[in-house]
Amino acid sequence: MFNGNVALKTEVNRLNSHTDLNDFRQQILDSYDPDRPEILVCHGTGCIANGSVELTQALKKACQTMGVDAKIMPGIKSTGCQGLCSKGPLVHIKPHGLFYQRVKAKNAEEIIQKTIIENKPVKHLLYKDPQTGELFHKEEDIPFYKKQKRYVLKNIGKIDPTRIEDKIAVGGYQALAKALTTMTPEQVVEQITKSGLRGRGGAGFPTGRKWQGALKAIEKKGRPVYVVVNGDEGDPGAFMDCAIMEGDPHAVLEGLILGAYALGAEMGYLYIRAEYPIAIKHLQIAMEQAKAYGLLGENILGSDFCFNAQINRGAGAFVCGESTALFTSIEGKAGNPRPKYVRSVEEGLWGRPTVLNNVETWANVPMIVENGADWYANIGVPKSTGTKVFCLVGKVNNVGLVEVPMGTPLAEIVENIGGGLPGGAPFKAVQTGGPSGGCIPYHLKDLPVDFDSLTKAGAMMGSGAMIVMDDRDCVVDVARYFLRFLEEESCGKCLPCRLGLSRMREILDNFSHGCGEEKDIDDLMGLAQAIQDGALCALGSSAPNPCLTTIKFFKDEYIAHVRDQKCPAGVCKDLITYSIDPEACTGCMSCSRQCPQGCISGEKKKPHAIDESACIRCGICMETCKFKAVIVR
Amino acid sequence: MSDQADIIEEIMGRYPGKPEYLIFLLQDVQADCGYISPEAMNLISEHACVPITQAYSVATFYQSFRLEPKGEHEVRVCLGTACHLKGGQRIVEELERKLNISAGDTTEDMMFTLNSVNCVGACALSPVILVDGKYETNITANKIEKILKQINNEHAGYSEGGTNV
Repeated sequence: MFNGNVALKTEVNRLNSHTDLNDFRQQILDSYDPDRPEILVCHGTGCIANGSVELTQALKKACQTMGVDAKIMPGIKSTGCQGLCSKGPLVHIKPHGLFYQRVKAKNAEEIIQKTIIENKPVKHLLYKDPQTGELFHKEEDIPFYKKQKRYVLKNIGKIDPTRIEDKIAVGGYQALAKALTTMTPEQVVEQITKSGLRGRGGAGFPTGRKWQGALKAIEKKGRPVYVVVNGDEGDPGAFMDCAIMEGDPHAVLEGLILGAYALGAEMGYLYIRAEYPIAIKHLQIAMEQAKAYGLLGENILGSDFCFNAQINRGAGAFVCGESTALFTSIEGKAGNPRPKYVRSVEEGLWGRPTVLNNVETWANVPMIVENGADWYANIGVPKSTGTKVFCLVGKVNNVGLVEVPMGTPLAEIVENIGGGLPGGAPFKAVQTGGPSGGCIPYHLKDLPVDFDSLTKAGAMMGSGAMIVMDDRDCVVDVARYFLRFLEEESCGKCLPCRLGLSRMREILDNFSHGCGEEKDIDDLMGLAQAIQDGALCALGSSAPNPCLTTIKFFKDEYIAHVRDQKCPAGVCKDLITYSIDPEACTGCMSCSRQCPQGCISGEKKKPHAIDESACIRCGICMETCKFKAVIVR
Repeated sequence: MSDQADIIEEIMGRYPGKPEYLIFLLQDVQADCGYISPEAMNLISEHACVPITQAYSVATFYQSFRLEPKGEHEVRVCLGTACHLKGGQRIVEELERKLNISAGDTTEDMMFTLNSVNCVGACALSPVILVDGKYETNITANKIEKILKQINNEHAGYSEGGTNV
């Protein structure tokens, strides 16, 4: 947000009061030159994979070699995920407000010449509407962004997450200062309760009630109490917590410190998935900087309140996203969950009262404290307040990170924000909630997306993955995919999960091999019920959801697998055959060269044929063919 | 071996000798040594004051720990939901065929290790594989061949008696 190469403070002074914080903020704002351009390059995972690091280097080099006037020498910043991942690498240029997409290192000189020196847009880098062909200059006009309400993601993509000065300039730590100077810990808990905030990790438990539960436990057992961030985002297809930790780590940290103040905790833990090295690095930097400024550690902002925190890296166990398993993992043991006769707020980490909240939940806390519970409760719908960040992925045009108020209809998210499906067909289903969630079919497209509506439909909010599926996606295969995932991730402690999931997966394997029977579908549902009732933790008890919702909404497809031995979507290998349409085949021979079995024959410029008996249905021919001549049935 | 012992000695100096640091110790040793050898396991369990059986229990419970050395190049195939829908499993099978090993294994010449991973968060670019930590996106059979060829070319003379790719 603020010109990167302006030196603010060479030596860090501790901020000892709210006034100190405000003075420092003013000092940062004063140092900002509104006329000097700034180039913000997205460094979210998707954009990095697409070359944004190389792009940043190229931009810096171009500035040096092209003789840019010192007055307009741009500050170049690496930001967190700017959201529209499928069009990355993304670049935002200030003060012009220009938004460039699919920018490569080779475009760097053109950007510097045209936009920075000549003050003109580079037209071919602007976002073009795929349907109307309309060009958009600014981010806020693009339908993908225009239809969102960004509160949690407000600063992500706008600030350099490795500079606390950027965060302070946009109002970071104001909520903490407000709480420490004008609110008692009880008042903070009261605000969170009144706001209606519910846990963003999946189940949607009211956060205020959790905190009150911890306070009651403290009355009985005394302190210490611990506050913990659950950053073990393991749902495949979900990366919103990753984006929040990478792009705005101070929001999570400030939320955690506020929680510690409210509950009287002196120690906190951030448990982060090891597959997110950038998130870990950015939070480490954030903690060091916060400590140096006196916003973390001893006597925070000159008050009596002291709080320290440490980062624990996960080690690759999905079950550790479950509260009690996460605690045993922090204790250095294998992450087995325990039965929750006694809730974890009473007996959590080291057997002490503990409040564990998800990354996004913690990131919501500062804005509630700053703007008040009533302000927050007005966003969303009465029983699900606030916004929710989703990862919109799968067969959808605009893959990326979106934030909408709770209660937004599913179709609005997929069709208007997501831009619909490639080719314009309606979606077949949307899978929400990852392995614990369910598939919502097209006919429920107007379903409001909030905790209770999703649960009622048999799905689940989950952490926020939203996977769009089209008619080439097989529901039996998807159910099987999630079951196999959970079977592998089951810790094995309780029988319903350990054996039940394996058996469910075996039945689905049979379906996909074409050797199931119709009565197996009923067996599957009976077994699912037993697992839901008997499993020790939420990993097991929610595991049957993807299977149950697909049976509920797509029973025909299951029946096609078991009765007709057909996979209508053309996915289950044993039930499909590949063939070549002689009309469409040009005889280019690219498929026969790629076929690992060597089972495609035919002369050059004459239609080819696949020897079905040797075909292993790897699909490479279909992927290779440029003329859509390979057909799957 | 003594090199490794020195590294482990240095790592143990970073953490107090308490069971809660067992996972930290295992992670750091693996990061620096590539895997956790039986010797390393002995030293770590002693330092963290946990029985060796518990150290093994933890190391085998979590997916990220390796008790065997890995190949010079690691190929990890993302099998997150988006990658699965776009054919991630087919990519694993194609790599298994090309490298002549199963997922989770290392080629005999210790050149390649093939693993799968549960979502790396680059869903917009699916299917995705990571080759020595570098993202390779929108993967096709064709791209796999190019990537493996490139690695092979970097190791001149490797194809004689090496993995046939």
